Order: sequence, then C-alpha cells, then structure tokens
Amino acid sequence: MNAPGRAAAQPQEEADELVGRTGEPFEFPVELGKIREFARAVASRDVAYTDGSVTPPTFLMAADLWQSRANSPWGDHPRALARTLHAEQEFVFTGPPPAAGTTLRGQSRIDRRYTKHGRRGGTMTFTEVVTEYRDEQDRVIAEVRSTTVETSKAART
Amino acid sequence: MNSMPADASVEIRKGTEAEPYVGKPLTVTDFVRYQGASGDFNPLHHDHDKAVAAGFDRPFAVGMLAAGVLGGFAARWLGPHAIRRFRVRFAEQAWPGDVLTYAGVVTDVREGPAEGRREVDAEFTVTRQTGGVHLRGWATFVFGDTGSTGREGR
Repeated sequence: MNAPGRAAAQPQEEADELVGRTGEPFEFPVELGKIREFARAVASRDVAYTDGSVTPPTFLMAADLWQSRANSPWGDHPRALARTLHAEQEFVFTGPPPAAGTTLRGQSRIDRRYTKHGRRGGTMTFTEVVTEYRDEQDRVIAEVRSTTVETSKAART
Repeated sequence: MNSMPADASVEIRKGTEAEPYVGKPLTVTDFVRYQGASGDFNPLHHDHDKAVAAGFDRPFAVGMLAAGVLGGFAARWLGPHAIRRFRVRFAEQAWPGDVLTYAGVVTDVREGPAEGRREVDAEFTVTRQTGGVHLRGWATFVFGDTGSTGREGR
C-alpha cells in the first residue's frame, strides 16, 4: 500500500502475540440525536447530518459509547497510556457513510505492530487497531483504523 | 459556508482549492462538547489539575475534534455522501485560544473505469495561528458510483 503521507522509514514489524487479537463484537445503533450532537460538536451544520441521511466522516468515533472492556482487542494487556499518543486515524467506507437508523455490528482487532527509532533516541511502538463495521445484511460498510504510538520516554515533547 | 453540490456544477481538477475555513478561538467548552459527543473523556482535555499533574501547562485540544471539523469541512466541500476515505495524522498539539485554519486541495482526479465514475483525492491541513500544523488529512471521494470503496487495487 502506498497511500500518500505514509511514513517512508522502514518500520520493523513486531510478531508479538497481540497481533490478530480481537475484541468481542458490539452493536452500534446509529441514532439521529447522536448524529446531530456529533455534527454540532465538530461545527458541521450540513443538512445531510440534520436529516440523518449520512453521518459525518469521523462519526464512528462515537462507537466508544457502545463498547465495554470486553470489546477491546487489548484485553488485559497492560498499556502505558501516559506514554501513548494517537498518531493517525483512518475511516474507509464501501459506500456513503452510514445513515441514521442503521444498526451496525463492529469488531476490533489488533492488525499490525511495529517499532521505529525516535529522532531523540528511544523506541516508538506503533499499533494499528482496525474496527470493521457491518450492516444488518452483514455487508462490510466501514473500516476504521486507529494508529497509536507508545514511546519509551514520556509522551510530552 | 454553503452546502456544495457533490458533483457536476463544481469544477474539480488537480489543484482546485477549497475556500479555507477559519474556526473560532478554541475553548475548553469545545473540547468538552466533543468529548461528550464521542464518549472519550480523557481528563487531560478538560481537567486543569490533571493536565498540570501530567506535566502540561493546561488542558489541550482533543486531536479528534479538529479531525472531526476537518472531516466536515472536506465533506461539505466535495460531498458528504461521496466521501469514501478520510485519514488524519496528528502533529502539534492545539491549545485553548488557538485559531485553526482548515485548508484543502485536490491532488488527483481519476475517471472511470465505469462511465461517469470519478474518483477525487484531496489533501488537507489544519494550521494554528503560529503557522504550526496541528494535523494533516487525506480524503478520497467517489462520484457516479454507490458501492465503491475508493480503494480498489489495494
């Protein structure tokens, strides 16, 4: 994959036991009130969101509200959250973003882990978690990829 | 800004720029509103004491807030139903009082393979008043097709 903006440096793939781990599936009903609340929070007053014919591109972030610990692919793996930064976030849709009234079924998995060496020393461990969303007909309608980086030093730069 | 038609009447070619959007100065209320909407209640974005205890001068912006505003900006420009891919990469932190400028440019237009089908790639930046980049974004839009991923050939 050669998406624009991908880091050019050759990362070192980690073959650790976390890769491939999945969380339990969860349901995520796409509600008009939540769409309006989210659209307002991101200063988007487009009528498409007001009527719920489509959701804002990053709306699937609200899936947090429909998940508990069991839905996380991390399980009980200890994470150094104070040294963890959100590096990238990607949303891919197979058609228009989901509309109000859809009930999605999501499942997250740890897709990739790799390390890079920081410019000021220290190791950065990247983790890409993919959440796949299917509609009521079991068609994949979206894939959300979250890339976080855990630094071996404090996150603050 | 007005809602733009998603196709046809707007000429889109490589180099076409969106009219930049300049946000109001960021407030902690903006962060809280986004956190409530998304369910991410990391206290570093609203709790002054916890932000200071973690080594920050004060609460700082949730990255996904500007990412969300950028997503709305991109969708309003080229079509909320046509967007098939949106990616952001976080750079500098943003702080209360910051004024963010959202900008975008078309980087590629592909016609076909089906007749009338068109894919449009665009790149985006969200820049602080200092000139520092808060985040970068990339999006792909597909017109004349209702079932494409915008990622064929992956």
